[in-house]
Amino acid sequence: MRIELSVNGEPCEADVWEGESLLYALRERLGLPGSKNACEQGECGSCSVLLDGKLVCACLVLAAQAEGHEIVTVEGLAEDGRLHKVQEAFVAAGAVQCGFCTPGLVVATADLLARNVYPSDDDIREALSGNLCRCTGYAKIFDAVRMAAASL
Amino acid sequence: MSEATVPKLELGRVGESLPRVDGIPKVTGEFAYSSDLQAAGMLWGHTVRSPHAHARVGTIDISAAVGMPGVHAVLTHEDIPGEKRYGLEFQDQPVLAYERVRYFGEPVALVAAEHPEQARRAAERIRVEYEPLEPLVDPERATEAEPLHPDRPTMGHGYRDDPRPNIVRSLVIRQGDPAAEGDVAVSGVYEIGIQDQAFLGPESGLAVPDGEGGVDVYVATQWLHVDRDQVAPCLNLKPEQVRIHLAGVGGAFGGREDLSMQIHGALLALHTNRPVKIVYNREESFVGHIHRHPAKIWAEHRASRDGRLVNVRVRILLDGGAYASSSTAVTSNAASFAVGPYAVDNALIESTCVYTNNPPCGAMRGFGAVQVCFAHEAQMDKLAEALDIDPIELRLLNALGPGGSLPTGQTITGTLPVADVIRRAAALDVPEAEELPRDPMRLPGGSGNTTRGEGVRRGVGFAVGFKNIGYSEGFDDYTAARVQLHADGSATVHCAAAEVGQGVANVILQVARTELGVRDVALAPHTTATVDSAGSASASRMTWMVSGAVRDACRAALEEWDKKGRSLEVDVERIYRHPRTTPLDPETGQVTGERAHVAYACAAMRVVAEVDVELGLTRVVWIGTAQDVGHAVNPQAVQGQIEGGTAQGLGLALMEEIQTRDGLITNASFTDYLIPTTLDMPPVVSELIEEAEPDAPYGVKGVGEPPTVVSTPAVVAALRAATGRELSRVPVRPDDIVGL
Amino acid sequence: MDVLTPRSLEQALRLKAERPDAVPIQGGTDVMVELNFDRARPAALLNLNEVAELRGWSRQNGRVWLGSGLTYAEAMERPLAEALPALAEAARTVGGPQIRNRGTIGGNLGTASPAGDALPPLLVCGAEVKIASVRGERIVPLPDFVVGPKRNVLAEDELILGVSVGGTESRQTFMKVGPRNAMVIAVVSLAVRVDGDLRAAFGSAGPVPTLVRAGLGDVDSFPQRVAEAASPIDDVRGTASYRRHALRILTRRALDRCLV
Repeated sequence: MRIELSVNGEPCEADVWEGESLLYALRERLGLPGSKNACEQGECGSCSVLLDGKLVCACLVLAAQAEGHEIVTVEGLAEDGRLHKVQEAFVAAGAVQCGFCTPGLVVATADLLARNVYPSDDDIREALSGNLCRCTGYAKIFDAVRMAAASL
Repeated sequence: MSEATVPKLELGRVGESLPRVDGIPKVTGEFAYSSDLQAAGMLWGHTVRSPHAHARVGTIDISAAVGMPGVHAVLTHEDIPGEKRYGLEFQDQPVLAYERVRYFGEPVALVAAEHPEQARRAAERIRVEYEPLEPLVDPERATEAEPLHPDRPTMGHGYRDDPRPNIVRSLVIRQGDPAAEGDVAVSGVYEIGIQDQAFLGPESGLAVPDGEGGVDVYVATQWLHVDRDQVAPCLNLKPEQVRIHLAGVGGAFGGREDLSMQIHGALLALHTNRPVKIVYNREESFVGHIHRHPAKIWAEHRASRDGRLVNVRVRILLDGGAYASSSTAVTSNAASFAVGPYAVDNALIESTCVYTNNPPCGAMRGFGAVQVCFAHEAQMDKLAEALDIDPIELRLLNALGPGGSLPTGQTITGTLPVADVIRRAAALDVPEAEELPRDPMRLPGGSGNTTRGEGVRRGVGFAVGFKNIGYSEGFDDYTAARVQLHADGSATVHCAAAEVGQGVANVILQVARTELGVRDVALAPHTTATVDSAGSASASRMTWMVSGAVRDACRAALEEWDKKGRSLEVDVERIYRHPRTTPLDPETGQVTGERAHVAYACAAMRVVAEVDVELGLTRVVWIGTAQDVGHAVNPQAVQGQIEGGTAQGLGLALMEEIQTRDGLITNASFTDYLIPTTLDMPPVVSELIEEAEPDAPYGVKGVGEPPTVVSTPAVVAALRAATGRELSRVPVRPDDIVGL
Repeated sequence: MDVLTPRSLEQALRLKAERPDAVPIQGGTDVMVELNFDRARPAALLNLNEVAELRGWSRQNGRVWLGSGLTYAEAMERPLAEALPALAEAARTVGGPQIRNRGTIGGNLGTASPAGDALPPLLVCGAEVKIASVRGERIVPLPDFVVGPKRNVLAEDELILGVSVGGTESRQTFMKVGPRNAMVIAVVSLAVRVDGDLRAAFGSAGPVPTLVRAGLGDVDSFPQRVAEAASPIDDVRGTASYRRHALRILTRRALDRCLV
């Protein structure tokens, strides 16, 4: 079936199999593999995207459900070739190791900071509790979030 | 709080916190992981797997699958042109099952189709005739059972010839008088569950036929050349016809040492003459790689009244599962480090690894040392209590150091500041208990909202551990690097070292910049095509080995450049080897030369935990650690390794376990195999003890494993302090804390 | 597989009548896992995301109406969270923020899992489920709606419109036990409400979430009664004996919270 949606501000369309997730459509049909396929069951947050401004796991959205809606992926955060402050902070703070969780965490952090400019450490932990990281133990991710919050 | 080490960009030499060279593509989503790859005309591969832990395999009828829409190939063991078995160290594992399946999820057949759904539907139509056999699932009965590998693939390799069936390796270390008595003795039995690496990037890769009978495989792996050397014989190709290229790796932790999709993808690609991509899903990933060995450890520690260890007797049983993988090295590590970083004159250590029909086990961060550290640290605490000596004092009293020796008779010649890490970790300020009331997120049970403070007790635990760096026991362990100096003053470094997230790409660049004195250094793709082997990204060896190889290649290149009048292009490759090791004596377990292990790194850790003793739920509040890291090449990356390694040990202590029933995995998902979240990991204060390792380039050491080794016992020690319970098994279950 | 996307409730009910084999999908947090892991291949999916009538909540004659499309994130927001605090606490225990932004009350009812986090708080608040089809509407008390593990009374042409809930502003709380501090399926869960009588409802401790009631005078024996009402099993998440033990502890603590 054919779906039409907006991704990172651009209208686009894709032919999808009816049972396909938005994650598969983004990665395999729309050339946007930044959202990651780590668990495909909503347990890790690696595929976090914004659906009409809300943070969701793309693996749990049926591609057909995205018809007519607006998606923002990690690829859509940088503007005019300049990194988003959250992206800059993740690099500077050493919050990236293997990086497989990073796109999801970057999107989740951008979402948190858009809603809460001065998050407490508890706010950060709760907001990112749906994003698993296996490499960092989260310490440098928290550093990055604080660093990004201070720079925004 | 982890102290934010904001990098200052200088030249990016050894010792600077140079930001990751792959950092920007990783935060923008552009970095190409193995599951992100695409090629024109690409097909999707799918693996049909055994639903049985043990069965005879009869006929495999693929006829119904072959003509399905979009299907281009359906393959079984009959389609393998070369060797039908492969293995990381011993060729004991079928590429595709024939005659017998020995574990749940063992690959049986392959499908390639245009869409993954078509491949799945075709896979469903393949009929495999299984005759289920009684699975051997109790490792304690393995040596009395029918042999799973009658040809005994691990025997005849210089190990002790143990005639019992299903022995992967058995090793006995005898030192001094194994009957020596002390004034006080404590004993215990400890169990460690099966831990999974749970890397986030599932096994995946793309195999592309080269049109001339060869194949290029782009894959997430830990050792490109050893993959090539396993893949080529099965395809009946020469090694150079198989080129393995490193695709982006979504974490490894040992789980990518063994092959996953490499041979399968290549078979399908060569058969269809089209690129084939295979991506495991999370459920498949749990059967798609080996795990940390579960273990049972019986330990008895005898000591003098004044607290000196007199005799340590340990028996270790490791369940290797269905195939050998790296079990022989795990067996040896467990034996070598069974006493911990302590000096003792008399020891009797028996370490045995057996085959069963449980999930195959192999490498995971800290292997061998993780299991025994849990036991020896519990024993040291027990001993401290029996002797009424402060547990930290007891550890200091027995601390091993340079000049001391291991139970294998090997003298510590390099650095090993055990007493120093103990003192520094013990001196860290433990935070005061927080006031009540608090948000439930800051209490045991977290978001579950289970307590307002009722039942909550606080405990502080301490542990010390160590592990070897590099490959041991006579293995020819080397790393190659190739350096090209260009006419414009820039340089290119080729090295096949697998960047698995640990930051080895930065190590390569930082060493090259240090040696060449220029900033403009490019890192060529990691591949088998252009440079010799780098060895494995494991055993905490890569920083050391790569530093040596890149340093030597840079120096040779500069020399060459000077000789050529400093104008022409230069291209040199050098191989670096660490000090040579020799095997352990198969009968006594004693060193046969100067060393069986190259070097060691140690860590000490202090943990504060709060435990809801009525519900058995835990919140780790704070962790402080001091680690022997040698000279830190990139301090920020070293801290990152410590924090991440600590989290994996905490996971093993509190929640991580692959569960099985009759050999079948019952929790193959991130819903039921739990790893720590942001609400489970406390702040980690880490002190780097930077003592230069004399034999190592720039005095570096590996840093990845010691935090994982030490954090499990340290966390459980805190839980014991809070609950007064013995807690001799990890992961600790709520039932154990409550006493059910 | 077909995907049907109605734009109104009327259209949704008509489609469900025409295609009784269509599986409703709202937030996708259950259905998509089945699809992604090849556990289900329904003939059709009925995408309810575009049916505005199923969204939101409202106050109705002293009770609260929750549309089946109400998300957990919405249940955590004031003023709804003040009206139904146990439901808000339960919502906060569900998955991570991404799941709470998509998962819905209706989905939890439709899946009817013994571990459904919304069900215990709804049970103690006397929830009644409103169901509709082209044949008409009916109201089923929640204890009668869930009839077994992952089974409910929905006929094949019916959809869940929402639930009507009482007990607003009463003393109530929700607790959930899991082996880590976020993102867990309940090993055991409990909602308690004290409002003229004692009500407890547990999850993951029997084939269906179950309501237990007692008089205000039975405070001391209530924890034991709740534990005894459970019929837990051993599974990968926990043991039966632990679940029963935990229910006792949780009930006592919940009563302490609600009786202050």
